[in-house]
Amino acid sequence: MAEQILAFCEDLRSEDVAIGTSEIQDAFKALEIIPWTEPVDFRESLATTLAKSPKDREIFDLVFDRHFFRATEAASLEYAPEAGEGRKAALSDDVREELSMEALAEAIRQAIAEGDESAMNELARLAIEAFGRQGESSGVVGVDMQRIRRGLGLSPSSDTSGDGEGEGERLDRDQIARFERQLRRELQRQQIQRQGQLPPARPLSDLNRSLPMRGAQDLAAVHKAVAQMKRRLATLGHDPRGAKRGRTVDVRRTMRSSLETGGVPLNLKYRPRRPRKPEIYVLCDVSTSVSSASTFFLSVLHALHDSFRKLRSFVFIERISEVTHVFEDERDFTAIAEKITSTGGVADVSGYTDYGRVWNEFYSDVSADLGPRSTVIVLGDARTNGRPPAEDAFARVADRANRTFWLNPEPELYWNYGDSVMSAYTPFCDGAFECWKTEHLEQFVDVVASGKVEHMPSGTRKYTSGHRY
Amino acid sequence: MAVTPQAAPDSPGEVADALREASYLADESTALIAFLAQRLGKPVLVEGPAGVGKTELAKALSRATGRELVRLQCYEGLDEAKALYEWNYRKQLLQIQATASAGDGDSAPVGMGEIFTEQFLLERPLMKAIASPDPVVLLIDEIDKTDQEFEAMLLELLSDFQITIPEMGQISATTHPIVLLTSNNSRELTEALKRRCLYLWLDYPSREREIEIIRLHAPDIDEALAGRLVDVVDMVRELDLKKPPSIAESIDWARTLILMGADDIDEKTFRDSLSIIIKHRTDLDLVAEKIVPRLGGASSNGSSSNGSG
Repeated sequence: MAEQILAFCEDLRSEDVAIGTSEIQDAFKALEIIPWTEPVDFRESLATTLAKSPKDREIFDLVFDRHFFRATEAASLEYAPEAGEGRKAALSDDVREELSMEALAEAIRQAIAEGDESAMNELARLAIEAFGRQGESSGVVGVDMQRIRRGLGLSPSSDTSGDGEGEGERLDRDQIARFERQLRRELQRQQIQRQGQLPPARPLSDLNRSLPMRGAQDLAAVHKAVAQMKRRLATLGHDPRGAKRGRTVDVRRTMRSSLETGGVPLNLKYRPRRPRKPEIYVLCDVSTSVSSASTFFLSVLHALHDSFRKLRSFVFIERISEVTHVFEDERDFTAIAEKITSTGGVADVSGYTDYGRVWNEFYSDVSADLGPRSTVIVLGDARTNGRPPAEDAFARVADRANRTFWLNPEPELYWNYGDSVMSAYTPFCDGAFECWKTEHLEQFVDVVASGKVEHMPSGTRKYTSGHRY
Repeated sequence: MAVTPQAAPDSPGEVADALREASYLADESTALIAFLAQRLGKPVLVEGPAGVGKTELAKALSRATGRELVRLQCYEGLDEAKALYEWNYRKQLLQIQATASAGDGDSAPVGMGEIFTEQFLLERPLMKAIASPDPVVLLIDEIDKTDQEFEAMLLELLSDFQITIPEMGQISATTHPIVLLTSNNSRELTEALKRRCLYLWLDYPSREREIEIIRLHAPDIDEALAGRLVDVVDMVRELDLKKPPSIAESIDWARTLILMGADDIDEKTFRDSLSIIIKHRTDLDLVAEKIVPRLGGASSNGSSSNGSG
């Protein structure tokens, strides 16, 4: 058992869950007082000691199922190859004969609606057999899944519309998903029995993790990353120029420390400064070249708007347009996306991004408001479609703002290929990052927070012309 | 440390029962982790959306175990002087002056040892929890609101249950406190802190459990109405709101409905009592638009009652 758990921890580590020795020790300590014959308690004790964030917990659940499913199958192959046969025989033949396809589908629907796990398991097995009898088994789990699902007429959309208002009979997506999990597991089990060996362990695909491209449903993940970003941007990044100017003496702490010198206040203690609220300017590319990413960007914008009061947002393609008011008026994400694309007025003629024009417009319209408190964040791919990049205008913008960051939805590998002119802009940014997953957004937050990009060596900034603060 | 908490529970079920008696309905994993926390003597980090009963869990644990609850509410800028301990400098100054005038310059100046003793120490919550002769429940609320430096300061306390005061030495816990840390997940906590804790993710309860919770706190409510209420609240939570209704607000709403003498949630009652569960103007609009039509209430829309507060 101990080995099994260690192997499981290894498995988790290989999926990027940070597990230290102390976590494993805790898990073992917990299992000393929790009877591991209780499946739920066993699982929860491992989860509470090993998985320490909601994201880790998600991975934990996936790996747990995969690992212990494989473990039990491996054990049953080793010890009792005929156990599966015995179980099959237990279902008497006449029961199997009786069940027509329709009756089976009906029974399954019932079990799903009731959420009865063990019945679902049993019925999944029956369904597989029924299909096996018809000689339709293909031996490929995914294909069989599809066939059975079609054969049983299980699909959330058809069911909800078919049954109409009947509250009790309605099957939602989650419940069906649960049955399908059972079905898949059962199919895998049978395949393993047939072949007498385990399929290779596959790492969880990235798809099981976070996918920000899908817009609204991933909003929660984006919101979370942005909530972090808010905290860090709010407290960091303002050069404590003239650090002692205007500070107030903290009398209490001064007196307290004076006792070390016999009551004579030799060292003055100051009140900590309250960080000033940052002003943020977000510029978001919504052209077609970033259409897959612009949903993501829009949801980032959307999330930012909930967090900052002094935030002005702009979208641009050929021209730039301020959309702050849209976010102020609307709450619903889809409505916002619609409004921006329809009334933003950012596409002029061609619909191709014109960064040069955008910078010039932004500089002439907005840069008067930029100041030492401003942070400019650009979300875009820097593909100018061959038009002049006007990096001098961008440099002037960056010069006026306190900090400038560029988030590029393309992997760094693609930068500067084709019409991407990323390298023209990066010298003027305090940091440029690839950003096509929520993880990247979190990384961006981390880098900003750690202050690594705070003071780039002056040589890397070509245009700064001496006085920049 | 050979300190065992008094009457440590024997099974998660026992903890669940004790919590239930303290009017907190814990689900399986919550009870299990509360049990593990007591048996292993480890702090628990509780995360989850606002208003799912994280703080309430600590209160219930304190009621269930008969321990005093020591609470530290975290906020940005909280420092050790307000969380751990502080020297009572007024008293120390008086002491120095008193000895100085008594000795009248002849005796040697006051040594440090005399003014850095326990009688000049002001206990703050964490210190109080450690020094208390009786075991306590320590609640460190909203740890994510503090700075990372503060987290680092907690590490010694959380792993060894001791506090080091430079002028005095270590103060170790005589009894083993149950420690709960809550976080709204507004920022990622440090690995070091997480490593020392058990982790519990609390989410909104299932429909059945929420009905149970509501009926526990508002016993007069009719069962069918409670069910209907939870359904509506679930619908509201599914929307992308600025502040989705918490369990506490469901309970408030249940009590309001009792006071209003409502026996069903139709359009009119919903509009009238909407402000109990929705606390943002934009959210109000969204709910009015999305939920109200789905209620299919008996009342016609002629009575233009507005629900804004």
